[in-house]
Amino acid sequence: MGSNPIKLTTPLSEEDVRALRIGDSVKLSGVIYTARDAAHSRLVELLEAGRELPFPVEGAALYYVGPCPAKPPRVIGSAGPTTSYRMDPYTPPLLAAGLRAMIGKGKRGPAVRESMQEHGAVYFAAVGGAAALIARCVKELEIIAYEDLGTEAVRRLVVEDFPLIVANDAHGGDAYLENRKPYQSLVLD
Amino acid sequence: MREVSTELVTRTVRDLCLEANYRLPPDVERALAEARTRETSPAGRDILDVICENARIARDEEVPLCQDTGFTVVWAAVGREVHFDGDFKAAVDEGVRQGYREGYLRKSIVEDPFRRKNTGDNTPAAIHFMLVEGDRVDLLIEPKGGGCENMSRIAMLKPADGVEGAREFILRTIDEAGPNPCPPTIVGVGVGGTFELAALLAKHATVRPVGEYHPDPFYAELERNCLEEINQLGIGPQGLGGRTTALWLAIETHPCHIASLPVAVNVQCHSARWKRAVI
Repeated sequence: MGSNPIKLTTPLSEEDVRALRIGDSVKLSGVIYTARDAAHSRLVELLEAGRELPFPVEGAALYYVGPCPAKPPRVIGSAGPTTSYRMDPYTPPLLAAGLRAMIGKGKRGPAVRESMQEHGAVYFAAVGGAAALIARCVKELEIIAYEDLGTEAVRRLVVEDFPLIVANDAHGGDAYLENRKPYQSLVLD
Repeated sequence: MREVSTELVTRTVRDLCLEANYRLPPDVERALAEARTRETSPAGRDILDVICENARIARDEEVPLCQDTGFTVVWAAVGREVHFDGDFKAAVDEGVRQGYREGYLRKSIVEDPFRRKNTGDNTPAAIHFMLVEGDRVDLLIEPKGGGCENMSRIAMLKPADGVEGAREFILRTIDEAGPNPCPPTIVGVGVGGTFELAALLAKHATVRPVGEYHPDPFYAELERNCLEEINQLGIGPQGLGGRTTALWLAIETHPCHIASLPVAVNVQCHSARWKRAVI
């Protein structure tokens, strides 16, 4: 998507992330981890108890997804993003622990956006509903935690050129607010 | 009386679950392609291209369009001359069970809203049963995703709020939903009836084919106006700006109480999947 996408590979540095601006097209490669509602609740419980997370969080990218089962011989089933705001209550502690990027769809709350600025993190939008297409970017998959959660288990994925758009940057920018303005002719009070 | 085997019901539901999840209805695919030609936002055009390409991949490779293969909503219109040889509800659930297992579809249902243990087979389905004339069984399967369902709202307006009040509520619902329900969406609106009927009408409106207006010119005009205003909100594909926020808007109505004006808005994502079969 978009012209001249920026190619990035995980783990991401604070410098990588601070260079991004809302609306930038990115192709992300490397290891990313999946987690959605139920896994987030457990991850934050671990942080609160002062225990280790099941993956190295420093510089990590989390993908909010609950994939379909893989139809052989595929690595993964359809795997598009889920709506991110549900992860908002759990996000600031993960950012404080070193989480550098999140991939999902839809708006984030003010507490998440502030915490992203403070710690230097980026929120990418993937195209919601483009799940069959996104699955093609996934080259490897391994369940690393919470297998009992089924589709909500934490998976380690290796992705290649995952197409993303910067929705919230580390400077307080919000593409959902800004990029809408040129096309908005009706404003509700 | 016509005897209908519950085995046939199961097989039909199984097949419909697969078809619905792999193939976007032709009217929706056409509407997306047409929106692509009208969209002026570069990001919006890119996103519509991705959505259309995704539909081609899903169809060609027989994989789910979206990882959220939904709550299986079943609209069952059963002729009063039909006699089933067994438990109809159990037969539908068995069809869902087989379809979701054999089709590699995601299982997204938890057995209790607070304790949240996954049922493991996407059952039970949400079955809406209608008794109709004749000896046929009309089954429509609508896998409904959670993201757009969460952006749906209902309001018990005052009769004095009138058409203007309803329009404002519809617009506000879509405005607040923003990018979350995976626009461009299909907006189902239910007006009238009781609290629960309005919600049911709104959901049923989401399976009206794109391009088909309400038969009453008064409501057809209201549908046209609401859709136009929604597309002036600038939300655009995936909420990243553009003129295509909704592909279609359909209104269903029902007589209501002298004290009430219920209005429900059920949002359907661009992966507006449904498939119908008549036994």
